[in-house]
Order: sequence, then C-alpha cells, then structure tokens
Amino acid sequence: MLGYSITQWLFGILSFLAIMFALMVVFTRNPVNSVLYLVMTFFCIAGHYLLLNAQFLAVVHIVVYAGAIMVLFLFVIMLMNLNEDTEPQKTMVTKLIAGLIGGVLLAVMVGVLKGAEQMQLAQSGASQIGMVKTLGVVLFKDFLFPFEIASVLLLGAMVGAIMLGKKEIK
Amino acid sequence: MINTIPINYYIFLSAVLFIIGAVGVMARRNAIIVFMCIELMLNAVNLLLVAFSTLHNDPSGQVFVFFIMAVAAAEVAVGLAILSMVYRNIKSIDIDLLSKLKN
Amino acid sequence: MIKLIGLVPLFPLIGFLINGFFGKKMSKSLSGTIACVSVLASFIVSLLIFMEVNASEQKSNVVELFSWINSDTLKIPFSFLVDPLSCLFLLNITGIGFLIHVYSTSYMYDDEGFSRFFTYLNLFVFFMLLLVLGNNYLIMFVGWEGVGLCSYLLIGFWFKNDAYNRAANKAFVMNRIGDLGFLLGIIMIFMNFGSISFNEVFGKASSVPTHTITAIALLLFVGAMGKSAQLPLYTWLPDAMAGPTPVSALIHAATMVTAGIYMVVRSNVFYSISETASEFVAVVGAITALFAAIIGLLQTDIKKVLAYSTVSQLGLMFLALGVGAYSSAVFHVTTHAFFKALLFLGAGSVIHAMGGEQDIRKMGGLKKALPITFMTMLLGTIAISGVPPFAGFFSKDEILAHTYEHSQLLWVVGSIASLCTAFYMFRLMFLTFWGSFRGTHEQEHHLHESPKAMTIPLIILAILSVFGGLLGLPEFWGAKNWMSENLDSVIIRKNPSILSHDTEWTLMAIAVFVAGSTIYFAYQMFIKYQVKPAEKEADMKPFQRVIYNKFYVDEFYDAIIRKPLDALSEAFYKFFDKQLFDGIVNGTGDVTKWSADTLRKLQTGHIGFYIMAMVVGVITILFFSLIK
Repeated sequence: MLGYSITQWLFGILSFLAIMFALMVVFTRNPVNSVLYLVMTFFCIAGHYLLLNAQFLAVVHIVVYAGAIMVLFLFVIMLMNLNEDTEPQKTMVTKLIAGLIGGVLLAVMVGVLKGAEQMQLAQSGASQIGMVKTLGVVLFKDFLFPFEIASVLLLGAMVGAIMLGKKEIK
Repeated sequence: MINTIPINYYIFLSAVLFIIGAVGVMARRNAIIVFMCIELMLNAVNLLLVAFSTLHNDPSGQVFVFFIMAVAAAEVAVGLAILSMVYRNIKSIDIDLLSKLKN
Repeated sequence: MIKLIGLVPLFPLIGFLINGFFGKKMSKSLSGTIACVSVLASFIVSLLIFMEVNASEQKSNVVELFSWINSDTLKIPFSFLVDPLSCLFLLNITGIGFLIHVYSTSYMYDDEGFSRFFTYLNLFVFFMLLLVLGNNYLIMFVGWEGVGLCSYLLIGFWFKNDAYNRAANKAFVMNRIGDLGFLLGIIMIFMNFGSISFNEVFGKASSVPTHTITAIALLLFVGAMGKSAQLPLYTWLPDAMAGPTPVSALIHAATMVTAGIYMVVRSNVFYSISETASEFVAVVGAITALFAAIIGLLQTDIKKVLAYSTVSQLGLMFLALGVGAYSSAVFHVTTHAFFKALLFLGAGSVIHAMGGEQDIRKMGGLKKALPITFMTMLLGTIAISGVPPFAGFFSKDEILAHTYEHSQLLWVVGSIASLCTAFYMFRLMFLTFWGSFRGTHEQEHHLHESPKAMTIPLIILAILSVFGGLLGLPEFWGAKNWMSENLDSVIIRKNPSILSHDTEWTLMAIAVFVAGSTIYFAYQMFIKYQVKPAEKEADMKPFQRVIYNKFYVDEFYDAIIRKPLDALSEAFYKFFDKQLFDGIVNGTGDVTKWSADTLRKLQTGHIGFYIMAMVVGVITILFFSLIK
C-alpha cells in the first residue's frame, strides 16, 4: 500500500501515537489525565512489542505496567487528592531551560547515531524469539540466579514499602 | 510478519521517548508526574532492548526487559511509599520544597 | 707520638660535648674542671709532640685522620700537618688557653651561664686547633669560620644586653666580609693548582704566573684583615670588649686574631713570590699600627685601651710579614700572646675588684689594694713597651730592624706606633694604680685582691713575659735565635740580615731611648702634674675629641654602608615582601574563598536542579563522543 508494507505503516502510526501521548503525559496539568495518557503510551509500546514479535513481553507489559503500576499511581493520586489547581508550576525560565536541554540532548543523540549503519532487522516469520517457550527456557537456564534474586528484590520492596507506609508510633 | 524496519528507526524512537521523559523530569514539580516520566524513560529503554534482541536473534534482550520490569515495579512501590511519607510530613508533593540538601 | 696528634683537638671537643649536654646538671666546679682538664690534656700532648718534632730530623709530618671529600676532581683528606710552626702555635693556644680557663673558673663563678661559657670556650679551642693543624686550606677555613662563630657566641655571651648583641653581630659580619675574600682566594688556589693541600700547592707555586699569585695572596690577606682586625675591618675588635674579659684575653689577644698571622706565615711562599702583595701587607700593617695607637692615646675604658693596643700590635706583626720577616712576626705573636693575655687578665682582675667598673677615670691608687695584679700588670706593660730585657723588646726590635732594611719610611711609622704604645700603656698604668682613688665609696670598700685561681695565671704569664725574650735573641749579639732556626723548615725564603752590626746597635739604642723617654714623659704628665683625662667629652679640645671618637670611623661606616643597606632592605620589605609575596599568598587564599562561595550556590537543594545538572552532564559526555 502506498509503497510501504503494512509493517511499516503500523510502525509509523504506533510511533506517532506513542510520541504524542508521551508529550501529553509531560504537559498535562491534571495528574489523573497524565496517568491516563501514560497508559495509552504503554499500549502503543506494547503494540511495538508485538511488531517485534515479542508476544510474551507485550502481554506481560500490559499486565504489569498498565494493570498494576498505573493503578498504584492512581491510588496514590486519589489519596492525595491532587487537583489541577493545587499544583504550583515551575518558573518559565526553568521550563525553557528544560526544553532547551532536551533539544540539545536530542541533537547530540542524533549526531552520535548518525554514523550507524542501517541494519535490517533480520528475522523469519517463524522466529521463535519472543515465544513463551523460548523465553522460559532462557530464563530458567541462563538467568536462573538473577531470576531468584529478583524475587528477593520484590520481597524487599514489599517489606520496605510497608515499613515506610506505617504511621509513626508516637 | 516479517519486520523489515531498520534498527535506526527504533533507536530514534527510543531516543525521542527517552528525551521526552527527561524533559518531563526536569520541567515538572509534581512528584507523581516526575515518577511517571521516569517510567516513560524506562520504557523507552525497554523498547530499544527488545528491538536489538530481535535484531540479533538473541532472547537475552527480552529476558533483560523482563527483569527491568520487575525492578521498575519494585521501585514504584517503594517510591510511592516514600512519597506518601513526605506528603504526610509537608502536606504537599512539590519537589521544590524538598530543599533540605541546601548548602 | 706524632700520630696521636688527633688527640689534641679531640680533648677540647669532648669537653665541649660534655659541658654542652650535661653542663647545666653538673656542679660549677665539675664543669669548670672538665673544661680545664681537657685543655690541659691537649697542652701535655702538644708539648710531647713538640719535643718529638724538635728532636727528629723530619720536620714536616702529615697525619691523615680520615678521607673527607672524595670526588673526581676534588680529593681532600682530613689530615693534619705537624711541623715546627703548627707545634709552636699549638703550645701557644693550649698553654695560654689553659691558663685562661683556670682564670675563668674564678672570674665567671658568679655568672649563671657558667657551664655555657666553658662549652663555648672549649669549642673555640677546638676550632682554633683545627685551624693551625689543618694540612689544607679547607680545614683551615673550617677552623677559621668556627672561631668566628665562637667569637660571636662569646662576645654576645650576656645576650640579654642589646648593645652586646649588636657588638657580636658586628664582629661576625666583619669577619664574614673578610672570609669572602679568603674563600675567593681558596677557590683561586684550587683553580690554578688543582688542589688545596699545602705541600702540593706550595711545591707548584713557582710554576704559576706571578700576577695570579698576587691575586691569591691579596684575597687571602683580605681574610686576614677581617680576622686580625686590620684597617679597614678593625672596628669590631674594640666593640668586642663587650664580652667577658677572659674572652677578650683568649680570643682577641692571644689566639683568634693571630689566625691571620698564622695563615700568612703558612702561605709565605705566595707572599715571597709576590712583591706587590707583601708590600700591601706591610703598608696596611704599618698604617693600622699607627692609627690604632693614636686612638688608644685618649681612650678611657680600660679594656678599650688594650683592644686598640692589640690592633696596633697586630699591625706591627703584619708589617713584619710584609717585609719578609716571618719568624720575627711569629716571635712577636708568641710574646704578644704572653703579655697581652696577662694585661687583659689583669684588667679583668681590676674590673672584678672594682665591682664591674671599667672607666679608668674612676680608678686610681689601686696598687695598695691589688698588689699582685699591680706587679704583674706592671711587668706586662714594661714588656709591651719594648724595654729590655723583657720579651717585647726583643721581638719588637727584630721587627723594626727588618723593616728598616726594607723601607725607612715604614720604620719611622712603626717606631712612632711603638712610641704611642709605650705612652698609652703607661698612661693606663699610672691612672689606674697610682694617685688617689677617684671612684665611689662603695667601690672603695669593695676593693680586694683576686682569688688564687685568678692571680696564679697572672704570675705565670708575667714570668713568661719577662723571660720570653730568650726565645729569639738577636744574632748579632752572638746568641742563637732559636725562633728563626726553629721555623727554618717552614719558611721558604728567609731574608738574611744585611744590616751592619753598627746599624743594628743604633736602631736598638734608638728604640730603647724612645721607649724610656716616653715613659718618663708619661710619668711627668700623670704623676707629677696629675693630669687627668677629661671627664666629659665637651671638655676636650677639638683635636682630642676626634681621636677620642676613634676618628669617627664607625660613623663613617654607618653612613656609607649600613644606612644604604637598611634603606634597601626597607624598600624590599615594603615592596616585595608586603605587596608582592603577601599579595600572592593572601590572594590565593582570597581566590579560594571566593570560588568556594560561588560554587556553594550550586548546592541549591532543589532536586529538579540536580536532575537538570545530571542531564547536562550526560549531554557533555555524549558530546565528547560526538566530537571524536
């Protein structure tokens, strides 16, 4: 279609959406709106994952990020009763400088990556990369130790969060 | 589907998302928004990792993303807990008020 | 025994160390005894060595102690030269040194710095021995500097007095100026001869062009001018009288000031070769002799009179050296050491009796109260005035005779100086010991003869002053001149006397007559007519005032040298020190403070700012990889 394959179309749309929603995240006043836009961004990125044939990861991405983490954010926002009016803004100077720095960073990154060669993503349709089975095998064979440590990490985070959230015993 | 998109595009996309996240961190005073922008940055990196994993036909990249997600979850949990504590103390989540590190 | 020469300087060194470290903890008598015994031990060893050298055929013995400086071009072993000349000086130094040590145990008894005094004295003896024993110019220079140091320490012994400290500084600085010349001379010697050992240098002396030798000789003589207080570097010696009297006796009469004479005699090869240098030495010596003698005529401090007398006598000795009469100079050194030490110690005895008073205008009639001091000092004065058959007569006569051969003008100058010497010495005697007492009542009560420790050295020195002349009886009397024979091996060129016997008798008669008439004149003036020196300066006639103020030489030096130097120093201080260096140092501190203040503002405490800074940092790093 129009000289581009469907993959490329999808890529373009998804990218555009992702970037747009990301910008909205940064520039919205209302924190709740911010959260919603971020969820949308996550969906776009999940779409990207699917394009890359990372099926398992796409699903996990949505479940963990959009399902758990964002919910957590929403809870906290509700808890603190944040409204658009109550948030003070950074000074215009600061925002300008932040934007400027962002622009410079972009320029530098582009410049750095300019010399990189164009590499086609090499794959076949029947690539097993991204399949649950393959990932499972790698995870439990080569990365068993980090896997176990990650569980310890989650335990630690849980305990820490609870400890921090407790009210001080006066 | 055969993905024929050159890797450079993914790199560029990832970079843009990352920078947007960075700008958000610098430009917003609301701590929650700052956290969210940090998540955005993490996701940009995740995307890049997956793209390279597909490029090199190596599942290690995706496994790494897996772990990053786990860590991000843990981090969010703890970070928000801290934020609640701060809110309890100063009744606001404006990060500019947290200037006890001055001088 | 000659091999044991190392012991001679070792004993005083040990004495110095013991007294230096433990002196405060020891009793005064122990401290003094250690010091005296160490010098006595040196004297005994020196005596034995002297007798051995005398008896042996080989006069010149080199004893190497250890290898000192050993580099490629410069090899200087630490060795001693034991020959008649150094033996003679050894006896001089240790013998008179011992007597003065004994004297000091009594003189300095009431002083709280008792052990410190003996520490310095022993150190001084050590350095002086090094000076005369060294076999090369460097050891001599070490000793040279060392005695200068000890002189400084001892002149400023009562360091709580500011004027004494300044006098000590003056002595040291003037010595230093002379030492510069000396050092330049040594360097020239090394450049021309490749070595500074005596035998090597003197052996090759004739192969070096004469004008180089002249330069070397003159430079070495500059050192002697400083050390032996010749014009124009003499003003420190009268001021050095600020030190305790035994110091004046030992250092500024008998030993340190004779170092210059020793050096010239040792280097007689140079002065024999170079006529110009010898002439210069003679002229300087003669002028100094006369100049100092004139100043001495009107001084009123008992020690200052003796000081100027020393300068004058040293001038005579240099006059002798200049005309080639080396052994006469050494003879006069020895006899002068006897009677000058005697006179100084006697003066110390007088001052002790007067409770510290040194002005002769306040003395008088002391011969009843201090009989032994009086007798011994009288003998010393007669000796110095050149009255036969005392020691001073023979040595002085020999000098004048040799001078007459060389130049009649210089002979006249020397004779006038001797005339003045006789006059002011007897003036000193008459005003101090004759007549009626002019001091205060308390002083009169306090008058007493000094204890034995002080009077016995006086007696011994008096005996030496009387009979010392036997060392060098004139040849034309038909007697053996032991002194000149003894030094034959050391002195390369001896001027045989070309005067006829008649001339010699005439000269001797003139000298005796001049001395006698001067004494008579002084007697008339001070005893018969009771002429007293003016009490205040305003009472003097203008001409007298000039002489009394030492021809204003000190003031002249002040204006020419000291004030410009002070101004220069002040200018440097104001500009360099204050503005430049302080500016730099303070400025560095200020810059650091300012930058710290400025950088502190970065620590805003705002996390957002920190994050921004982080991102900027990342950009910078990426930027660098971009540039690459």
